[in-house]
Amino acid sequence: MSPEVHWMSQLSNEIREAARGLLRDGKAQVIIGFEKGSLSLRGRPCFIRNEKDVERLVWNGFCETNVARYLPKRKGKMAIVAKGCDSRALVELIKENQVTRDQLFIIGVPCEGMIDRHRVEAEMGHDAIIEAEEREESLILRTRDSEKILDRKEYLYENCKACTHPIPVIYDVLIGKPNLQSAQKDFSDVETFGDLSPEERWAYLVQEAGKCIRCYACRNACPMCYCPECFVDISKPQWVGKSTELSDTIVFHLLRAFHLAGRCVACGACEQACPMGVDIRKLNRKLEKDVADLFNHEAGCSLDEVAPLATYRVDDPDSFMVEP
Amino acid sequence: MSLDNAKILEKDQLEGFLEGLLKDNIVFGPTSKGDLLLFDRVESANGISLGRGNTMNSAKDVLFPQTERLFAYRHGEAGVEIDGPSAVKKGFILFGVRPCDARGLILLDKVFGEPLQDPYYGEKRARTVIISMACETPDPKCFCLAIGGGPCSAEGSDLLFLDLGDQYLVKAGSPKGMDLLKNTVFKKANKEVLARADVVEKEAEESMNQAGMGRVGIGETIEKRLEALFNDPIWDDITESCLGCGICTYLCPTCHCFDILDEAGQSAGERIRIWDSCQFPLFTHQASGVNPRPSVKERFRQRIMHKLCYLPQNGNLPGCVGCGRCVTECPVNLDIREVIQKISAREAE
Repeated sequence: MSPEVHWMSQLSNEIREAARGLLRDGKAQVIIGFEKGSLSLRGRPCFIRNEKDVERLVWNGFCETNVARYLPKRKGKMAIVAKGCDSRALVELIKENQVTRDQLFIIGVPCEGMIDRHRVEAEMGHDAIIEAEEREESLILRTRDSEKILDRKEYLYENCKACTHPIPVIYDVLIGKPNLQSAQKDFSDVETFGDLSPEERWAYLVQEAGKCIRCYACRNACPMCYCPECFVDISKPQWVGKSTELSDTIVFHLLRAFHLAGRCVACGACEQACPMGVDIRKLNRKLEKDVADLFNHEAGCSLDEVAPLATYRVDDPDSFMVEP
Repeated sequence: MSLDNAKILEKDQLEGFLEGLLKDNIVFGPTSKGDLLLFDRVESANGISLGRGNTMNSAKDVLFPQTERLFAYRHGEAGVEIDGPSAVKKGFILFGVRPCDARGLILLDKVFGEPLQDPYYGEKRARTVIISMACETPDPKCFCLAIGGGPCSAEGSDLLFLDLGDQYLVKAGSPKGMDLLKNTVFKKANKEVLARADVVEKEAEESMNQAGMGRVGIGETIEKRLEALFNDPIWDDITESCLGCGICTYLCPTCHCFDILDEAGQSAGERIRIWDSCQFPLFTHQASGVNPRPSVKERFRQRIMHKLCYLPQNGNLPGCVGCGRCVTECPVNLDIREVIQKISAREAE
């Protein structure tokens, strides 16, 4: 049986059909989408420029990359296969003048969440997974001498489980299931963490920063981290220490989180790219909640709404200035 | 394989053997941390997780840590006081190393040992014993065979354990290993056991070949092909999806580029050595402001050139041992095996 289940091969076909038309009509010079990876449990971004290569495009539960990440400063007309979170990044990138709306043709795909490959590997005891078959409700995994059937929903990235925008917020064509259920906005995880004592919170952040190997995959996978020169790469003078000592790693993560305040589109690309399992989103979630509480703003949802940290209003909350 | 350099360890004796090692040595091995299998210090025999996969990081991290203090200094009453590396005298046991990672250390031994010995690496290396675990069931990501190693090779290991079901065949890969085999916990092997081991080894190698993952076409000619293709547009295609992160280099058991920094305070400071990565923009950023490797294309190409062209040209092993970490952990699955295939195919055109 094909590892691609029916509804997914149908989606793949619809994406290919759209891509073929766009290339044929000259509406896009490149299609940025996903292809099958070289291993089970993997899909990967691909760049299609010829109609003959369109067959490479696929859709499945392993299309985790936020492909909006490839757009900043890219020239010419392009089409992009966008999940909900990718589309939210597109909204922010358009507003931040990294790409223009008329450069883009957005093939929106309602997303049922991406599969957490590290959790699946751990579940299989780090034994070699020879084949992974994805079905609508389940994930069938085969090693050399065993087979396990996992509940697909259980093994989604935590971030995908909490996704409030599985359906793209902007698109030119929408394919797939337009009536997907989304999770309710819920910051109880941030509140639970906030209820801990400062010592407990600090201990948790220390533990997480302690896993970091400074590979910057979080930053480089992030669609909103497009600075031509990142603060960690400034050397004259050096802003941030480069070791894996706590004082250095934690400064990197704290500063990066602040730089994403009100801009982070909650795609989770940072955590998905991280090989060490650092809970990077803990800090982003807190800032997401603060921005929601203070400015009633959710990043990447509207092309018209001005980013709260890019503007000033007289009635902006300023309790931090007047209250001790 | 002969009966002189191979013995038997019953599996129920393994824990006792490990506890013995733990008494007098600092032991590192595969250990579970959350969802990850890491190569890290273990305090007890049952802290070691002997699954089938490989660890996220490699044994390289013990001998060449990501951050290493070379010395500290301070202005004291008697002038400048220097504090050298801490004098740990205990032996290091690297247990459960995979043959690919053990082979990677042969490369590092040469990089850090010839013609001048790097004292920080060398001091640790001299008191290190490598006890490897063969890969009887290699992973689909692995390609050690293709690059001159083998899933059950003892090359680079002092001892290699081969799983035969209820016992291990333990092979010595070095004079240090021969000495260790004198431990009475190891029992004499016989021809029947050696024959069983041969079957296991052959099956492991065949399974790599059958799945098409054993031979990815790395021949001696790859060096020349790479040299000829240095300016080829194929690199644009290969690197288009690359994010430019350092996962491939930081998880690699052979990558060894480093930077040396002075972390200076008012009257005290320290000199540290940290890993560096050719994938980072600062790697070749010159004081003038010019960067000869301005984009991911040049940086990724450098990684491949260094591993498969420059190192072999300089008389070392290839800078790739086929562990497959970069294959599985690359966030965009940019697979070095496919890169090699593309390079090979390009030349054939």
